[in-house]
Amino acid sequence: MSGQNFDESLRKWQAGVDKLLAKRPERKAAFHTISGLPIDRLYLPAAPDDDYMEKLGLPGEFPYTRGVQPTMYRGQLWTMRQYAGFATAAESNKRYRYLLGQGQTGLSVAFDLPTQIGYDADHALAHGEVGKVGVSISSLKDMETLFDQIPLDKVSTSMTINSPAAVLLAMYIAVAEKQGVGPAQLRGTIQNDILKEYSSRGTYIFPPRPSMRIITDIFAYCASDVPQWNTISISGYHIREAGSTAVQEVAFTLANGMAYVQAAIDAGLDVDVFGPRLSFFFNAHSDFLEEVAKYRAARRLWAKIMRERFGAKNPRSQMIRFHTQTAGCSLTAKQPKNNIMRVAFQAMSAVLGGTQSLHTNSMDEALCLPTQESVTIALRTQQVIGYETGVTETIDPLAGSYYVEDLTDRIEAQAAEYIRRIDEMGGSVSAIEQGFIQREIQEAAYKYQKDIESGERVVVGQNKFVTDEEFVGDRLKVDLSVGQAQAQALAALRAGRDNAAVQARLAALQAAAKGSDNLMPLILDAVRVYATLGEICDTLRGVFGEYQAPMTI
Amino acid sequence: MRKIRVLAAKPGLDGHDRGIKVIAAALRDAGMEVIYTGLRQSPEQIVSAALQEDVDVVGLSVLSGAHDYLFPKIMELMRQKGLDDVLVIGGGIIPEEDVPAMKAVGVSAIFGPGANTGDIVKFIQENVKRRLN
Repeated sequence: MSGQNFDESLRKWQAGVDKLLAKRPERKAAFHTISGLPIDRLYLPAAPDDDYMEKLGLPGEFPYTRGVQPTMYRGQLWTMRQYAGFATAAESNKRYRYLLGQGQTGLSVAFDLPTQIGYDADHALAHGEVGKVGVSISSLKDMETLFDQIPLDKVSTSMTINSPAAVLLAMYIAVAEKQGVGPAQLRGTIQNDILKEYSSRGTYIFPPRPSMRIITDIFAYCASDVPQWNTISISGYHIREAGSTAVQEVAFTLANGMAYVQAAIDAGLDVDVFGPRLSFFFNAHSDFLEEVAKYRAARRLWAKIMRERFGAKNPRSQMIRFHTQTAGCSLTAKQPKNNIMRVAFQAMSAVLGGTQSLHTNSMDEALCLPTQESVTIALRTQQVIGYETGVTETIDPLAGSYYVEDLTDRIEAQAAEYIRRIDEMGGSVSAIEQGFIQREIQEAAYKYQKDIESGERVVVGQNKFVTDEEFVGDRLKVDLSVGQAQAQALAALRAGRDNAAVQARLAALQAAAKGSDNLMPLILDAVRVYATLGEICDTLRGVFGEYQAPMTI
Repeated sequence: MRKIRVLAAKPGLDGHDRGIKVIAAALRDAGMEVIYTGLRQSPEQIVSAALQEDVDVVGLSVLSGAHDYLFPKIMELMRQKGLDDVLVIGGGIIPEEDVPAMKAVGVSAIFGPGANTGDIVKFIQENVKRRLN
């Protein structure tokens, strides 16, 4: 690119920024360091290389390497969204209201394992699991309690739910209706990313093909009825937690994303209608600069894939907007207070990489569910980064670092090579069915463990600087009685509802599942008459069957 | 001397099998035979697999906090089936204060996050109850 063309691009960008600022000013009239030195919105090379615009470009513009918004955190900080939920809906509701009161700006709901796998709290396989890793939700009644006194037109809510995502989203819509809030006003995200469940997280129900159909049904329904909702959060987080490298995290996540896009296109949807509602979820691990480069590489690679492969024209279809969570797998049970520092560095890498929302883990998560004190420290960590460290005052501050740019290029190239191999196998679904992705992740996990055990990789407090320090803080424990109480509540619900209506709605859902109608309206109908999560999922299990994982060890 | 046979088992609903897969690989590298159950196994399924596969060791992994229900249930079923000579070890996210209760029902050792796979191999080799020759 000639200097003149670059100047022209910059002028256009500046004009766009001026227009944006007229509507929405930045957080401050002027930004300064503590010494009083002025901080510019954007720093650029004095003489950009020929490929500058192609590789880095300007913030808010293709290929989005430097961020998805033209003013990034000068306009507003990321959403501070702590993943929380445990025990009953009433207990979790209290925690949410506490977090909102502490300045958190979005909710993030953790569901327990029975809920995630579509079992009611009184199912035999739910014994011992109810309320343990998240909140137990079996029916609309639980959901009403969960969001009691939380105005759904004011908060955005992220729900980590995959296989039964359609059911939980339907419950959310139904709770909003009861609050007088229309679906068009709802903002939030359902994770709804089934492919990473098969390779990394294990809370699958149905086989891949019907799962992909449910997902495209959700895309289509939300495009018309819940337009502000993020219909999927394509997740590298769990791929990384399962042991992948940063390169594999980018590669497998984007490959999964491509499978969803292709499935939606095959279902007759327009890429520029559902594309803007795709969001992503990444892990922030401990190799600080590699992580920064990872986010930048992922943005650039996805932008190219959407534009070149899928013909997306809408800029919002081309950009990766992503949530980040610090790496749970990096936390140590020994010297757990060291985890506060780990989380802070990881969170900083996500911010320097341009995340749109962030969850910081609590120091005690290698031991138990986080306590209120440890959750508060985790949230404060984000606030310190956002308001005190100054890294939010200019866009993409590490751009132009020889090392960061080189890492960005290398991660992109290696991830692209993986995607090429997955393409050759017939895409993500086939690669998962063949066990390829699972095996690659397992090998990386084993290598990482061996590197720690040989001392090649240092983990402070675990394989170096080891002490006998014991964790002395409080632990949050969910009692087995929660399961019994939930089972009793369910029995009362089933006795008190209109069971004929429930049966009729489930029969309608079953018929639709056998055909090709969009399932969302039927699930919503079933939820409204208090059909339970387990009943709805059993109806679908009856038609679709259950997934059997291939053995990879 | 024959190889030590280990059943690597995932009871309960959590799908986090990174730890058990890493350990399975390490035990294999150390010369043991490892059979993995896959996810979401009920206590009944695990005990039946241990019986059928005639294993010397059962390694249980739970991260969800459901160990307080699942481990005692599995140990009770193993006793009923006469599997008293099978060494049982556990791992996952198991709080220190729960360890005595797990040992009281017959789980010989708990290896939490940060455990060294070499230590697990050594523990199994030194504590396996059945004769290997």
